Amino acid sequence: MSDIKSYKLPFVLLSFLLIVCFLGNISLGSVYIPIPDVFKGLFGNITNESWSYIILNYRLPKALTAILVGSGLGISGLLMQTLFRNPLAGPFVLGISSGASLGVAIIILGAGVSGGFLTGMLISKWSLVVAASLGSFLVLLAVLAVSSKVRDTMAILIIGLMFGSITSAVVSVLSYFSSAQKLQQYIFWGFGSLGNLSWRELAIFFIIYIFGILLSILSIKALNTLLLGENYAKSLGLNMKRSRLIIILATSFLAGTITAFAGPIAFIGLAIPHLTRQIFTTANHKVLLPAVFLFGGILMLICDSIAQLPNSDYTLPINAITSIIGAPVVIWLLVRKRKMVF
Amino acid sequence: MDEKNSNIILKTENLSIGYESKKGTNVIASNINISLEKGQLVGLVGANGIGKSTLLRTLTQVQNPIEGHILLNGKHIESFTNLQLAQTLSLVLTEKMASKNLSVFELIALGRQPYTNWIGSLSTQDLDIIHQAMASTNIVSLKDKKCYELSDGQLQKAMISRALAQDTDLIVLDEPTTHLDMYHKAYILKLLQNLTKETGKTILFSSHEIDLAIQLCDKLIVMTNDSVYSDSPCNLITKGIFESLFPEDLIKFDNQTGSFRVNK
Repeated sequence: MSDIKSYKLPFVLLSFLLIVCFLGNISLGSVYIPIPDVFKGLFGNITNESWSYIILNYRLPKALTAILVGSGLGISGLLMQTLFRNPLAGPFVLGISSGASLGVAIIILGAGVSGGFLTGMLISKWSLVVAASLGSFLVLLAVLAVSSKVRDTMAILIIGLMFGSITSAVVSVLSYFSSAQKLQQYIFWGFGSLGNLSWRELAIFFIIYIFGILLSILSIKALNTLLLGENYAKSLGLNMKRSRLIIILATSFLAGTITAFAGPIAFIGLAIPHLTRQIFTTANHKVLLPAVFLFGGILMLICDSIAQLPNSDYTLPINAITSIIGAPVVIWLLVRKRKMVF
Repeated sequence: MDEKNSNIILKTENLSIGYESKKGTNVIASNINISLEKGQLVGLVGANGIGKSTLLRTLTQVQNPIEGHILLNGKHIESFTNLQLAQTLSLVLTEKMASKNLSVFELIALGRQPYTNWIGSLSTQDLDIIHQAMASTNIVSLKDKKCYELSDGQLQKAMISRALAQDTDLIVLDEPTTHLDMYHKAYILKLLQNLTKETGKTILFSSHEIDLAIQLCDKLIVMTNDSVYSDSPCNLITKGIFESLFPEDLIKFDNQTGSFRVNK
């Protein structure tokens, strides 16, 4: 296998780019803060208290969230594309985001239907996080239960999509009976958001994220074997059931928490692995995994900086920006290289 | 006698193959008693749908036998763990690989998976074996090419090389010559013959190239509707087994040349 060592230069460049984007992201925002003051703020010796607060309690956690979200979605997309041997697979093929949407829809929209009982806790971010986690966890359990009975990995893909259809149908029914105000609240959740995470929330997010990343790293060898297809992988001694379970769990931890904390962020998970393969031209996951991590972080930071509309009071929905920025990049790369590598 | 037994790599005892479903058992072939010895090139021939693939799938533990036993290196094949089996038996399948974005070297290196650590690092010994495998299949010059750049013949050589790198006593190939032109069919089978001589590995392959198989194999397994025969090609010709292989209305086996002729 071509090793990480032979890609030293791109990795150094990408790491550097990630740091630049990270600092750039922190420097930009609705309030203008001069760059020297941003650096001072990061190291805690700034005199302007509101600047210090903005940097340490809003921009810094938001930039960190962006890195976690971008890299986590990219990696879970990579895992799904390899497991399902399908370039169209993304982190949400297992119905994770639709499960989360259902959970949130029940909290926001269901409150309208079942009377004012839940209205009191509507605004609480934690209730949304819990609902989204529960929703995606339940859908995931269902998919896992079914998948342990199914031998064919492709069937799991279809089953995940079917669960997705069922949950989105339930959401439609709920929306039909909801007031405009509730609907708006639900739609706003669907736009996704990287901000608003307190340090404590970020800590919980980070712990689960790390767990997902560790499982992904443990799967590297299995993923490489799976490039030959399931039958070859078995003939190479791979324990297919166990590897499949670990890969699905890793994806669920990553995509599930991200959806819970930042909403259903589209596109990144599908596009980042393709971008990475185009640039690194390898299928070796030992190289792809760290590369996807860096690309995911970088792209998400850039998208967030744009969504922020620097020096203005408006913030665009991050979910729209990821697609507006990302889709043309993928199209451009595919047209330029004229070859889909997978 | 003991000496001879120790040379047996794979042996079946009253093996029945087929599929079990809720409706009952569908036995495709029964009473199969074959043995493959060290360093032999063994061809498996038979008409379409006769059960060649089912036999190979059963012999390689992809599916379970209906009855009887399979002994691999003298041990029951069910007693092997996944990893032990991967270190004793390697496969070249008819199915396409999932990703052709691998380089030839990466593809062959995957053959070392049963021996590498948790993240798949290659030791110098692994690298030696990989280079040896590439050299014996004449594909060293293709090392850095991507698999999607290869012709069918080159890809088949790379897949064989990958199985060699897996360093197993037995290599099983399912129809390795399909999609290849006449020259490459002969080339691949000749390559397999050389490999058995050079490396002492046992190679079992299924094929429709009966003419070539008769010329090159040490032993043939012939599947017909009634029975499964296994012997050296010469003995099989003398016994007249090939005549019963296909309906005689269209092609006929010619004992003199050892090949099939179209009825004029």
